[in-house]
Amino acid sequence: MIDFTQATPVLLSEERQITETRRELVLNMGPQHPSTHGVLRVRLTLEGETVIACDPVIGYLHRGVEKLGESHRYAQIVPWTDRTDYVAAPSNNLGYVLAVEKLCGIEAPERAQYWRMIMAELARIASHLVWLGTHALDIGALSVSLYTFRDRELILDIFEKFCGARLTTNMMEIGGFSREIPPELPGMVRDFCRYFPKAIREYEDLLTENPIWLARTKGVGIVEPEVAINYSLTGACLRGSGVNYDVRKAMPYLLYDRIDFEVPLGTHGDVYDRYLVRVEEMRQSVRIIEQCLDQVPADGPLMAYESNYVIPPHETVMTTAEDMQRHFIWVIKGFSPPKGEVYHAVEHSKGELGYYIVSDGSPIPYRMRIRSPDFVNLQSLPYMAQGAMLADVVALIGTIDIVLGSVDR
Amino acid sequence: MDWEALIVSYLLGFVLLNILLVLMAYMTWFERRLVAFFQDRIGPNRTGPFGLLQPIADGVKLISKEDIVPANADRLIFLVAPLLSFVLAPLGALVVPFGDSITLFGRQINLYVIDINVATLYFLAVGSMGVYGIILGGYASGNRYSLLGALRSTAQVISYELVLGLSLVGIFILTGSLSLVEILRAQQRTLILGGLELPNWFILSQPLAFVLFLIAAVAETNRAPFDLPEAETELIAGYFTEYSGFRFSFYFLAEYINMIVVSLIAATLFLGGIDGPFIDGIWWLVAKAFIFLFFYVWLRATLPRFRYDQLMGLAWKVLLPLALINIGVTGLVRLWGIGAL
Repeated sequence: MIDFTQATPVLLSEERQITETRRELVLNMGPQHPSTHGVLRVRLTLEGETVIACDPVIGYLHRGVEKLGESHRYAQIVPWTDRTDYVAAPSNNLGYVLAVEKLCGIEAPERAQYWRMIMAELARIASHLVWLGTHALDIGALSVSLYTFRDRELILDIFEKFCGARLTTNMMEIGGFSREIPPELPGMVRDFCRYFPKAIREYEDLLTENPIWLARTKGVGIVEPEVAINYSLTGACLRGSGVNYDVRKAMPYLLYDRIDFEVPLGTHGDVYDRYLVRVEEMRQSVRIIEQCLDQVPADGPLMAYESNYVIPPHETVMTTAEDMQRHFIWVIKGFSPPKGEVYHAVEHSKGELGYYIVSDGSPIPYRMRIRSPDFVNLQSLPYMAQGAMLADVVALIGTIDIVLGSVDR
Repeated sequence: MDWEALIVSYLLGFVLLNILLVLMAYMTWFERRLVAFFQDRIGPNRTGPFGLLQPIADGVKLISKEDIVPANADRLIFLVAPLLSFVLAPLGALVVPFGDSITLFGRQINLYVIDINVATLYFLAVGSMGVYGIILGGYASGNRYSLLGALRSTAQVISYELVLGLSLVGIFILTGSLSLVEILRAQQRTLILGGLELPNWFILSQPLAFVLFLIAAVAETNRAPFDLPEAETELIAGYFTEYSGFRFSFYFLAEYINMIVVSLIAATLFLGGIDGPFIDGIWWLVAKAFIFLFFYVWLRATLPRFRYDQLMGLAWKVLLPLALINIGVTGLVRLWGIGAL
C-alpha cells in the first residue's frame, strides 16, 4: 500500500495566456457529440490539432440525486441509485444498501451476500463491456462495440431473469434481497462464466496486438502514480498507473476476503495499460463469480430478519399480527436508523464508489453524499490532455470511463 | 471531326455513368450487409428481398429532406462544393478499358470511353481535384469541425497522392506507357517465372508497388483506417457536418464512386483488368474490382483509426521512401534487362 499521507498537490502548468501571435481555435466538444459518452462538454483550445488547454464542463445531466436523498425515506432511495451510474446499477445499489446497513448495524444473510457479490461482479463486467465497446469505437474500431454489446446482453438477461429489469434493476434492498433466486439463475450465470473467457479472447484478438491500437493508446495520457494519487483517482485509472488500491482488498466488504482473486496493475499509466487492467479485471470477475457459485449455500434466507430496520417477510406479514404492524409502519412511515454518520465504499467498476449518509434519527437522511468515482477521475482529463492531439482527447475521455449520470448525479 | 466516334464515346460515357451510379447505390447496401455480417448482425433486410430496395429508400429519404444552409455559411461555395466533389468522382472511370472492341451495327466500337496517352496521370489529377469539393465545403460551412476535417483532408490527400503516383512509376518503367489500354495489353502477355507460365500481371512483378498503391488508395478515398477527415467520433462528420438532404448525399455518392473507380483502376493496373483464365472479358474486371471493394469493407470492420500525425508519418516516413526504392530497383532491373520483365 502507498502511504497516502505523503501526497502533495499537483501543480498544473500556469494558466496559458492567449497571445496575439498564437493562432488558437476554441472548439466546443459536446454536450452533443458522438464520443463524449453522454452530455459531457469539453472546451478545447487547439493550436492546429494539438490541445493546449482542455476544460471539462459538467452538469448537463444533473438531477440532484443527493438532494433527492434528503426528501426520500431510506428504502425509497435505492431506485435513485440505479440512475446514477446506469450501466452498473447493481453496484450502485450495493454501495447504498451497505452504507445503510452499516448505519443500522445489520448484516445480510450469507447467501444474500454471495449473490450480492455475483450481481456486483456481473455489473462490473457489463460496465467494462460498455466501456470497452465505446472506447474502441471512439478510436475507430467499429466491430468491437458490437461484440461487447452482444455479450453484455447475456448479463442483462441474467438481471432480467432475477428482477425483471435490465438496466435500472433496483435489485438490492436494505437487509438483502426481497426476491427468491430463480432456480435457473445459477445455471445461467455458470453458462455465462463458461462462455465469457472466449469472448474476451475475441476482443483481445482485435485490439491487444493491433499496431494501430498500440499506436493510438501506448504513451497516450500518461498519469504517474503520485499524480494519480494526488488527483485521488481510483479504479482502473489508479491501478493502470501501478498503484495497488482496490477497495475489495484494502477494506473488504461482503465476503470478498473469502475469495481468491488478483488485482491487475499497470506499469506505464497510459491508455493502453488501463485497457489491459480493465480486460484483466473482467477475467478476475469471472473467477470471483465462479468461486461465489461454488461457495454459495443452496438455500437459506436472503433477507435479514431484523425487527427494526428490515421489511418483514411476506408470509409472516400475512400470518402474525406483529409483523403485519411492523410492515404497516415500515411502508407508511419508514424506519429510523440511529443517529450518526456513516461512509461505506465499494469497488465499483469505475473506482471507489462511496456513500456518505448522515442520520438525525428520522426516517429520511439528513444528508446523503455520493462519492462517484468517475466524477473524481474526470478531473484528471486536463492533466492527461496537455499537449495531446485532438484525436487523443476522445481516447482519454474513453479511458477515464465516465457515465454522465454518475458524474453529474 | 469524326462526329460518329464522338457520339459513340458520349453514349458509352453516359451508360458508364449510370452503371456507376447504380453500382454505387448497391455498394452502400453491400457495405452495410457485409459489415453487419462481420459484426454478428443482419443488416438491412426489410426493404425488398434481402433489403435490395434499401438504397432506393435511402435515396428517396435523402431527396425529400430539407436542404439546410447554416446562417454563417459562405452560401455560394457551400451550395456548389458537394457538386464539385460529385462531378469529379466518376471521371476517373472514363479511362478504364472494359474490353477490347465489339462490332455493333457494323461499327467497330472500342469498349472504353477514351484512350488518352496520359490516362494514369489523368486519373491521378481528377482524383486530387476531388479534394477541392471537400476543402471548399468544409471551409464554407462556417463550422469548426468542418474546417478541421477539411484541413485534415487536404493534408492527407496531398501526401497520399504523392505515394499513389510514385507507386505507379514502376509500371510506367516496365510498360513505357501511361495509357491504361497499353498497360492492359502489356499484362495480357505471359510471364515465365521459374518454369511456371503466369500471367504478366503487375502484382507479380511489382508486389511492393501494389501494396503501396492499395494503402494510398484507401487513404485517398478517405476510408477506414484513414477516414480522418470524417472521423465521426472526433469531428462528428468532418467536412460534411453541416450538410443535409441531397447535398449530403452528393458527398456520400462521391466517396463510394471514388471507391469503385479506384478499385477498377487498381484491378486494371495490377490484376490484369479484363485478362483472366478461359475467356477474357468484363466479368474478370468486375470480379477483381469486387475483391478490392470487399477489402475496403473488411478494413473498415476491423481496424481502428490512425491519428493525424501517425497518418502523415506513415505517408512521408514509410510509404514514400519505399515507393522511391521501388522505382530505383525497377529502373535498375529494366536497365540491366534482368528477366523477362
